[in-house]
Amino acid sequence: MAHDSDDTSDNLVTVRDLHYAIDTRVIYKGVDIDIARGRITAIMGPSGTGKTTLLRLISGQWRAMSGSVDFDGQRIARLSQRQLFTLRKRMGMLFQSGALLTDLSVYDNVAFPLREHTRLPDRLIRDIVLMKLEAVGLRGARDLFPAQLSGGMARRVALARAIALDPEMIMYDEPFAGQDPISMGVLLRLIRRLNDVLGLTSIVVSHDVKETLGIADYVYVISDGEVIDHGTPDQIRNSDSDWVQQFIQASADGPVPFHYAGASYAKDLLGAEPR
Amino acid sequence: MNALGNLFMQTFGWLAKLGRSAIFLCRVLAALPRLVTKPRLLIEQIYSVGVLSLLIVVVAGVFVGMVLALSGYRALADFGAENALGTSVALVVVRELGPVVTGLLFAGRAGSALAAEIGLMKATDQLSGMEMMAVDPIRRIVAPRFLAGLIVMPLLTSIFCVMAIGAGGGYFIGVDILGVDASAYWNGIQSSVEFDRDIANIFIKSGVFGAIITWVAVFQGYYAPPTSEGVSRATTNTVVIASLAILAANLMLTAFMFSN
Repeated sequence: MAHDSDDTSDNLVTVRDLHYAIDTRVIYKGVDIDIARGRITAIMGPSGTGKTTLLRLISGQWRAMSGSVDFDGQRIARLSQRQLFTLRKRMGMLFQSGALLTDLSVYDNVAFPLREHTRLPDRLIRDIVLMKLEAVGLRGARDLFPAQLSGGMARRVALARAIALDPEMIMYDEPFAGQDPISMGVLLRLIRRLNDVLGLTSIVVSHDVKETLGIADYVYVISDGEVIDHGTPDQIRNSDSDWVQQFIQASADGPVPFHYAGASYAKDLLGAEPR
Repeated sequence: MNALGNLFMQTFGWLAKLGRSAIFLCRVLAALPRLVTKPRLLIEQIYSVGVLSLLIVVVAGVFVGMVLALSGYRALADFGAENALGTSVALVVVRELGPVVTGLLFAGRAGSALAAEIGLMKATDQLSGMEMMAVDPIRRIVAPRFLAGLIVMPLLTSIFCVMAIGAGGGYFIGVDILGVDASAYWNGIQSSVEFDRDIANIFIKSGVFGAIITWVAVFQGYYAPPTSEGVSRATTNTVVIASLAILAANLMLTAFMFSN
């Protein structure tokens, strides 16, 4: 999909002609995506379209087969592991599972990146950790262990850990999946507030339409390895693409079939094969 | 033709895995020097893989020593050589059974736990999370566990040997139960076990076995598919591969050490 402008100076992340496959399954066949500085960009699409894969490609955990992924002008694929780790100190990522270290308490989880990357005295680390936990509303839960947290609390702790080193960008992988309405509301406000107050750049990967369109500044809709549409939330809501309309209205009928491709139903029922 | 093709593909797959494990080992070895700055990580793992394996090693040592003394006594008594019981028990334990049985127990107790722990960390995105925090999981997770295994195996083997030969094992059955002369038991051991040959053998063999077991365990865990089946298979593979590797390495080391 063509972009309005090739000017990338306002973009923190630039993805161009990205191709990627896992074994024989093609995930991306030439996508272009720009992540603007200081804004919340949402990557939306149905499950299994490679939204999480995109985050792993941006963070350099996986390498693109062809095309380019640039972060602040640096081509991710050309970086050595040391350079990549230096770059990752400028990024935070909130995994769908939270990815908290299960043998560490909430406090130690948030302190973990500070202890690994700084030589700050314990007293100062304590202050920073408590500030980050206060920001996500969990200062009182600092002595709990991950197994004692609810799903929403675990994600908030993971968010506190992700902002511990004051990164420039945070990537959220399905932050709303499996959340009750209260946790969902808390997370929505947190993502927006952290982005605005800390001057972050955020990428939210999600298939929760209403919530994501509610906080995003710009949206990419991905399916079948391509960008189907992109624009502001209002532009996406008014998209003339049947596919996008089916996705945002959660319709069963539309370009995306309900049934996975297979032999005819009648043939299957009447066939002699046991499976 | 199809069978030949499958055989070729399987062999190729095994060789590729072997190459990957060798590269992985190099990365682990390269990460070891940085443990100097984080000794606490190593101490925690020494406790986890070493101290927590003590019970099974001590109990197994006692029982193996008792069985050796019982069966050895019967064979020696036929020739009126009961006083050589200490020598017989000590040489069998020190040269062969000590390192091998401890290695097999260590693979079952600590190796499987290491593979499952690292595999589960991978399945729950904890390793990816560390990478995203610019922390190398090989340095932070794998290297301390590998070095701990390397340090702990010789110590556990020594404890196994002491338990098998000493007051709880062979000595108890031989001297206290079957009536072998205590001084003959200890003198036999003193005169037959050589430090530079037999005691050094314990440390060399158990060090090699410790490296093999932890290498297999951390590799299997690190590259386990992130599913419950993948973690389960990694755990099983660790025990099977490490056990077979120990037996093969023992044959080679014994042939090398005791050849003239």
